Amino acid sequence: MSDDRTVSTFPEGVWTQPAVTVPALEGEPVQRVTIPASMRYDYSPGLTQTRFLRGLEQKKIYGERTPGAEDVYVSHRGVDPVTGVPTTEVVEVGPNATITAFCVVHIGFGVNAPPTPFVSALFLADGAVVSLYGTVGEVEYDKVRIGMRVEPVWVDDDALTTSMENIKYWRPIDEPDVPAEQLKGHM
Amino acid sequence: MAPQRNVAVVSVAQTPHRRAAAGLSETEMIEPAIRQALDQVGATIDDIGFVCSGSSDYLAGQAFSFVMTLDAVGAWPPISESHVEMDGAWALYEAWLKIQSGHCDTALVFGYSKASPGDLPRVLTRQLDPYYYGPLWPDSVALAGLQARAMLDAGAITEAEMAQIAERNRNAAKDNPNAQLQGSPSADELLTAPYVADPLRRHDCAPITDGGVAMIIAADDAARKFSSRPAWIRGIDHRVDSHNLGARDLTRAPSIAIAAQHAGVADGKVDVAELHAPFTHQEKIVRTELGLGDDVLVNPSGGTLSANPVMGAGLIRIAEVANRISAGEADRGVAHATSGQLLQQNLVCVLEGE
Amino acid sequence: MGANRVAVIGCGQTKYTAIRGDVSMPGLIREAAYRALDDAGLTMDDIDAVVIGKAPDFFEGMMMPETYLAEALGAVGKPLFRVHTAGSVGGSTAIVAASHVEAGVHERVLTIGWQQQSVSEAMWALSFPIPFQQQLVAGAGGYFAPFIREYMRRSGAPDDIGILVALKDRVNALKNPYAHLHEPEISYDSIKESFMLWEPIRYSETCPSSDGAFAMVLGSEKAAEQAQAATGVRPAWIIGTSMKSEPATANGRDQITPQAGKDCAADVYRQAGITNPLEQIDMVEMYVPFSWYEPMWLENLGFAAEGEGWKLTEKGTTQMDGQLPVNCSGGVLSTNPIGASGMIRFGEAAMQVRGQAGDHQVDGVNTALGHAYGGAAQFFAMWVVSAEKP
Repeated sequence: MSDDRTVSTFPEGVWTQPAVTVPALEGEPVQRVTIPASMRYDYSPGLTQTRFLRGLEQKKIYGERTPGAEDVYVSHRGVDPVTGVPTTEVVEVGPNATITAFCVVHIGFGVNAPPTPFVSALFLADGAVVSLYGTVGEVEYDKVRIGMRVEPVWVDDDALTTSMENIKYWRPIDEPDVPAEQLKGHM
Repeated sequence: MAPQRNVAVVSVAQTPHRRAAAGLSETEMIEPAIRQALDQVGATIDDIGFVCSGSSDYLAGQAFSFVMTLDAVGAWPPISESHVEMDGAWALYEAWLKIQSGHCDTALVFGYSKASPGDLPRVLTRQLDPYYYGPLWPDSVALAGLQARAMLDAGAITEAEMAQIAERNRNAAKDNPNAQLQGSPSADELLTAPYVADPLRRHDCAPITDGGVAMIIAADDAARKFSSRPAWIRGIDHRVDSHNLGARDLTRAPSIAIAAQHAGVADGKVDVAELHAPFTHQEKIVRTELGLGDDVLVNPSGGTLSANPVMGAGLIRIAEVANRISAGEADRGVAHATSGQLLQQNLVCVLEGE
Repeated sequence: MGANRVAVIGCGQTKYTAIRGDVSMPGLIREAAYRALDDAGLTMDDIDAVVIGKAPDFFEGMMMPETYLAEALGAVGKPLFRVHTAGSVGGSTAIVAASHVEAGVHERVLTIGWQQQSVSEAMWALSFPIPFQQQLVAGAGGYFAPFIREYMRRSGAPDDIGILVALKDRVNALKNPYAHLHEPEISYDSIKESFMLWEPIRYSETCPSSDGAFAMVLGSEKAAEQAQAATGVRPAWIIGTSMKSEPATANGRDQITPQAGKDCAADVYRQAGITNPLEQIDMVEMYVPFSWYEPMWLENLGFAAEGEGWKLTEKGTTQMDGQLPVNCSGGVLSTNPIGASGMIRFGEAAMQVRGQAGDHQVDGVNTALGHAYGGAAQFFAMWVVSAEKP
């Protein structure tokens, strides 16, 4: 190969260096190198999530609030997101809940996803002000409604761990729907 | 064209700096510092015109990690807010620009990290040129060893001087309740220790730290309202050097000198300096590039060698200088922050009392 | 706006595609940067500072890559600044760059937003399991689809509005040589028949994953006058900038029309002297990663009353020849290098004002809005650019 290969693809006259050329390559250019990187992280969930996860192990859903405040948050970061003040008062919420929003998923994501189509939804546990994520089961996907009342279905007692996966899914209960207008601001 | 407004640091607060903030999420760790910075001046988030933070997803080990920390601010109703994937000192720079632009009069700034979930020296290798350096996984201590060796070979420092720097910083930290490492054996004793990465010994290296810092800055009348003795930012500038270690004279950090010139370090007497030097020999480089005389009190807080929360350690330097000015212990001080490997990127801030 | 006038005096972008395997990350960025410099009639030596932004570092598998990129960006010896504010980052980055000039610190600033997701595995970066966090087993679309469904319920919009948006944006993209997706065969029926992913979101109503970069040169009043004299292209004056954020969840937060978006729009309109956005804004580049977000943002941005946004889409108001053209470039639905997507919105708005948009230029654009959002629809960045000096 004899033709020089121009390296720079930039418009002419906009760089103060002279144009660069290098001798033609022998063989194919390298366009990709694979550089594996592996790092180990040991996460700590924090005080609030620890309390929440320990509750799940007992099949309880623990929310928290700032002492003196009304709003109970569940699965949050240890502070009331409105005020930034720590939530230190534990309040059990649920287990029954209301669907505040949902969609029907037709593609699978990850090992924990149920067979498609399935309903991914937000669940407002009774007593909490914001919703939890999860999936809906024991009902046809096209029968799910905003405002539908549900309860969690837990894994078997001997499979309980400190994990959100303790709740396999949520299933409808025989209670009247909550009007959707009441669910605004609680997704 | 030049910035017109007088902007000052009016409140600072730090978390305790510890090897591991065990049991706390990042949000839970930084929240008390944010709350304290506000409370100290009787402010709430509603009094703050702009919020900017600095943190790193690679340290947290997850994407969008800063989104969760926003909860600690209490961002409802919505706030004017931004985030940099840089040390909090650069978050301060962004907030300072915002105030200089006339968009607001006050800002809350914070920087933090939990280095404890990952292996810090290994995580930091992911910041290196991915083609030439990254695959070699050269950890941050080994790289610093190259730099220290270059300095020794150039006659720019001695191992005894390095030990003295460690001893001075860690003894100064005895007066710093937030410091992670307090007190030091004598320099002579330190020199009997084995090498970690020749010529670096353990004492030459900053600790690995979980922690953070929060700060409130304000312009003109707002600053006077919040503080009886604001620490006025008289100059602030940052510059970057080459990433290519082979192209750099490792005994120098020219970007510090450029930033110092733009920040006006030489325009007056410097009483106190806080230098962001995670390795002993780097303090000498920073000091030299800044042109600081022997009469300058350096790192009365104990410096980064005593507490090293990455992404906060630079902003802490500014906080420590501001504290000394507001307390009336100094009239004029210089703070330095760094980012990248081997002092590649540097920020210099000059603070003054009235 | 603040203390000193700022204008966009140069724009440049790469061709967007799924995999830019022919360039390294520095090469990709430089391609956009040099085009922007060329457009401004400047070289790197004229630049005082560089401000860059991108979405999470795990996307490229590189921590804080700005230090590695210092030389490629011509930034050695200069200030180099890195912004990261989730999906809004491209917009936030442009605003931070503008504040360097607005504050009176610098004359000419180069700003670049980019993403080269193909060098790593973005889905992995977004979803590696943090053991104790709630797992969303449905991907990004699964996060936003419930809110779209709720919008449809509240507004009573016909269920094909999303198809109309997708069709418009993908047809617009055919007029933009840089756009990632060029689908000449696209049709209402092909979108309708495309695979339903997250009901109500179909495959053709979602954004692609792209590599690419967008760069701008921002200048002071003096720099803008000099650039105009040198290039003959008018500057796009920045007459309003704003960033607003709110928590991902909070009691009273409405994910369908977030308060931070409303506040951000009100803030830029106030700065720009806009009291009737539909009348006073000539075109919008809006961050629409899922088709339904066009009507949702039309309401959030005050172009339509709540529940009425879809009517503007349905009657063609947002078409290129409508009263308020939206996403003439093809938008995020046609091109989505995440860290650049916000800057593309801001930059395309500036290009329209500068008369540089080529085949997707709208006649007589005097005032344009650039819009970006990110996170759980909680981070907003916007600017208004104008042909008239403020």
